[in-house]
Amino acid sequence: MGDMHEDAEPGGAMSKSPATREFARRERPLSPHLTIYRPPITMTMSIIHRITGGALYFGTLLVAVWLMAAASSQATFDWVNWAFGTWLGRLILFGYTWALMHHMLGGVRHLVWDTGAGLEKHTASKIAWATLVGSVLLTLLIWIAGYMARGA
Amino acid sequence: MSGKNNTDMRTPLAKVRGLGSAREGTGHFWRQRLTAIANIPLMLFFVGFLIALNGSGYAEVRAALANPFVALVLALVLISGLIHMRLGMQVIIEDYITSEGLKLATIALNTFFTVAVGVASIFALLKLAFGG
Ligand code: HEM
Ligand code: HEM
Repeated sequence: MGDMHEDAEPGGAMSKSPATREFARRERPLSPHLTIYRPPITMTMSIIHRITGGALYFGTLLVAVWLMAAASSQATFDWVNWAFGTWLGRLILFGYTWALMHHMLGGVRHLVWDTGAGLEKHTASKIAWATLVGSVLLTLLIWIAGYMARGA
Repeated sequence: MSGKNNTDMRTPLAKVRGLGSAREGTGHFWRQRLTAIANIPLMLFFVGFLIALNGSGYAEVRAALANPFVALVLALVLISGLIHMRLGMQVIIEDYITSEGLKLATIALNTFFTVAVGVASIFALLKLAFGG
């Protein structure tokens, strides 16, 4: 693209007027201005809905492994239980909880949109923030409840 | 599908049947919504079940999973969740993979993965329910 203009000299044959030639030589930003673009919250949440859906997809392996372990021997179950209980295991399960809660709230948002409601720009942004805050709160609640069940 | 097209004898449904990247018409969209709605109570049940089981050992977990009500609802959790995620992943594949051959292969892999997870999980549930 750029090399057409590289050796164009003032008054050369490349451009019809000096004004446009000067303009063409400068680096102009490309749409959608990736370096300065701040995605609206609705778009970020839309992308996260897809990412959490994909994470939940592969996370079903954890559910399958857990069920199979429970259906097999005590030793296998204890090993899987130990692995899920390590700090890395807990981090993954915590992330999985958040992914599920966020995807669920985002899914409800999609279902509401399917009825034609909640699509106005500012409403949509508010709902998007609500899904983010709601998903974090629900995840924390679930884990607090889980630790309380463990203590009881 | 506009009102102007009065001479067209085909119904709107006939026109969308078999459309889309995987030639499925609107069935895909509809099943994704249906399973999404079903997933809400089902996943909440699953999460509640796991909270209740937190800290339990082998014997307790097996006893809980062997409860017929729990086993039945967990089977529904798995079936609805797996159908939903397979449809969802297919949309992702259709969006990003443009080569027809690779698209076909990944859509097939998507189904294999879903069936593998489903069969393994449901077999485990049945084994526990019927006294494995
Ligand atoms: C002016 C700039 C942009 C416009 C107008 C725009 C518009 C859109 C629209 C209409 C959608 C579909 C929304 C939906 O699926 O509900 C979308 C999705 C998406 N956009 Fe953008 N976009 C822009 C910039 C960007 C940028 C800069 C990125 C990445 C850095 C990006 C990444 C994505 C992704 C990953 C999706 C898919 C989300 C999903 O599947 O739900 N977009 N965009
Ligand atoms: C908990 C209740 C759930 C609700 C309410 C829900 C809702 C939805 C909805 C409405 C969509 C369509 C989004 C769109 O059209 O862009 C969707 C997509 C998807 N869901 Fe779910 N879902 C739930 C649980 C799950 C689970 C458990 C999984 C995986 C195991 C999952 C995986 C996916 C995937 C992979 C997609 C495709 C994402 C995309 O196309 O961007 N969902 N979900």
